[in-house]
Amino acid sequence: MRIVVCVKQIIDPELPASQFRIDAESKRQRANGHPLVISPYDENALEVALTLKEKTGGTVAVVSAGEPSAISALRKGLAMGADEAALISDPALDGSDAFGLAAALARGIQKLGTPDLVLCGCESGDWADRTVGPILAEALNIPCVSFVAQVEAQDGRLRMRRVVEEGYEIWEGAPPLLLTILSHESNVPRYPKVKDIMTASRRSIPTWSAADLGVEAGDIGKAAMRTEVQQLTLPSRESRCELLDGEPAQQVATLITKLRERKAI
Amino acid sequence: MPGIFVLGTIENGIPSRSTLELLTGAQRLAGGLQEGVSVGLLGPGDAASLYRYGVEAVYRANHPLLKEYQADLYLLALQRIAQTAGARVLLLSGDSLGRDLAARLAFRLKAGIVTDVIEIDIEGSEKMPRFTRPAYGGKAAAVIIPKRFPVVVTLKPRTLDPAAPAGKPKGKEIPVEISLDLAQARTRMVERVQEETTGVKLEDARAVVSGGRGLGGPEGFTLLVQLARVLKGAVGASRAATDAGWVPSSMQVGQTGKTVSPDLYIAVGISGATQHVAGISGAKTIVAINADPEAPIFKVAHLGIVGDYKAILPPLIAKCRELMGS
Ligand SMILES: Cc1cc2nc3c(=O)[nH]c(=O)nc-3n(C[C@H](O)[C@H](O)[C@H](O)COP(=O)(O)OP(=O)(O)OC[C@H]3O[C@@H](n4cnc5c(N)ncnc54)[C@H](O)[C@@H]3O)c2cc1C
Ligand SMILES: Cc1cc2nc3c(=O)[nH]c(=O)nc-3n(C[C@H](O)[C@H](O)[C@H](O)COP(=O)(O)OP(=O)(O)OC[C@H]3O[C@@H](n4cnc5c(N)ncnc54)[C@H](O)[C@@H]3O)c2cc1C
Repeated sequence: MRIVVCVKQIIDPELPASQFRIDAESKRQRANGHPLVISPYDENALEVALTLKEKTGGTVAVVSAGEPSAISALRKGLAMGADEAALISDPALDGSDAFGLAAALARGIQKLGTPDLVLCGCESGDWADRTVGPILAEALNIPCVSFVAQVEAQDGRLRMRRVVEEGYEIWEGAPPLLLTILSHESNVPRYPKVKDIMTASRRSIPTWSAADLGVEAGDIGKAAMRTEVQQLTLPSRESRCELLDGEPAQQVATLITKLRERKAI
Repeated sequence: MPGIFVLGTIENGIPSRSTLELLTGAQRLAGGLQEGVSVGLLGPGDAASLYRYGVEAVYRANHPLLKEYQADLYLLALQRIAQTAGARVLLLSGDSLGRDLAARLAFRLKAGIVTDVIEIDIEGSEKMPRFTRPAYGGKAAAVIIPKRFPVVVTLKPRTLDPAAPAGKPKGKEIPVEISLDLAQARTRMVERVQEETTGVKLEDARAVVSGGRGLGGPEGFTLLVQLARVLKGAVGASRAATDAGWVPSSMQVGQTGKTVSPDLYIAVGISGATQHVAGISGAKTIVAINADPEAPIFKVAHLGIVGDYKAILPPLIAKCRELMGS
């Protein structure tokens, strides 16, 4: 199976709220030298891909669209066990929404060779639109199953466990497929070995521009924008917490009284 | 043709809770943009119950293959009714179905998309709808405006209040012809499995007791289940707990997981990451039990106990049992 995993490089999403700053002009988070990471669910997706490859053979490629810095996300993907990597980077992509991004990613993926399976994270760790995967599936004209926690390959077909409100659903389909991946105990990302990090750091990774991919200028960037961020603000956060003192028995007694006052029980 | 479209569902003869939330959004848009509201239904279900909410038209695609969820078939039917309805703004719930369909529908309609919306208003004399949604794991709020129409919008579930009836019922049903073939379903749902711990749905529970990494293992959840049972509530979890496999993913509360809006939310051994808190902003009273006085959860809780949950929960369960007389 030829598997492609789409990885987005973002500012560490687990950074505490107290360190979060907004850049008023771009209406984005200010980078402020914070660590850049692979968007968390993309690492789960990569783990799913590597596990499938170990079981059924084939290759795994990682692809990212973004700033040149995203090369380090791709190197981590190689170090974890991906065979191939490609970066799509071009100032012409600035201002792209999910449709523009998916147009570029679709071309990049096709340039790597027709895939059997494309994996995305179920949502990115910064904007969490949950749109790039499904739109990319449409752009590639392949079916999509979203919020998948587990994948099994069986006789050339795939069985997916999709998490829903009441529990989960089992879906089946034949490649080519696009799946958006949710974290699960079965896809905890592996740590790359030091030796593999060294090897990956020496690999050359192609960088493709929109023109290299034959992406139409009108399909990406500001011109293609269907929605726009008009404003980005910090929600007010005022602490209102009352800490309850004493030994556990005392704390519990006070808690019960307070909850009854608030009609919470 | 009404300009605002809602993908609705009918449960036991009445609009589902999420449909009523969507109708609240639709009424707001309809008022501001001077547009009418239509509802799309896939499959059977009594449309008459919708007309009380100011719905002018119900577009229905009825087909035996729409009886249960099959993504490709639903998409074909939804695209068809959306095109027939010809709306400028299409509202879907941001539940697992909406998350699966909305972006693909937008692609097929050449529409824009805004997801996870928590607030809708109309701006200025140009009458531009503005959609507010969380960004950066809830550390910021973004206002998104469409640059073109139509635009597909998903609402974060359990955020807007359910709609109240508005005016005289006056709607009509418009059947939409659709031919479907099972061969069009490129993927198939073959099984559906329910997971529940206390018999109360997490989203509907008036009391929710959630556990995190601080429980140290799946055993900790047995105490939470006891407490939830006494409170006639449900058990939730942080992502750390579901990722560890201590409890099923469907119990996850937060940005990726569920939004809950109970009267009482008790967070046990949960640090209070913004992505978790994103799922509990509608809770009326939040209680935190955490060993670390510096944990961010104490910034969002109303009442906090600093301590080891193993020392706090047993007396709490006993006291609640006394009170509830069970
Ligand atoms: C070069 C560039 C410039 C941008 N400029 C703007 C701008 O000016 N204004 C603005 O509003 N937005 C801008 N964006 C942001 C862009 O609109 C969003 O990042 C995009 O819509 C994806 O949304 P999301 O992050 O919520 O992803 P989701 O839809 O939540 O992502 C789901 C999954 O899709 C995949 N994916 C998402 N993004 C990428 C990527 N870049 N590379 C590889 N895989 C990916 C990942 O697997 C991810 O887990 C820019 C993005 C890029 C890359
Ligand atoms: C894109 C994205 C989406 C996400 N979506 C979600 C989501 O939907 N839901 C979600 O929950 N998270 C989500 N997260 C993850 C989130 O950022 C946090 O990593 C997660 O919520 C942490 O879980 P936790 O609080 O259980 O664990 P930790 O942060 O490790 O906290 C454990 C807490 O337990 C306390 N503790 C330890 N021992 C005890 C004891 N004996 N008694 C009492 N307290 C104790 C500790 O003091 C600590 O505060 C998301 C992250 C990203 C990037």
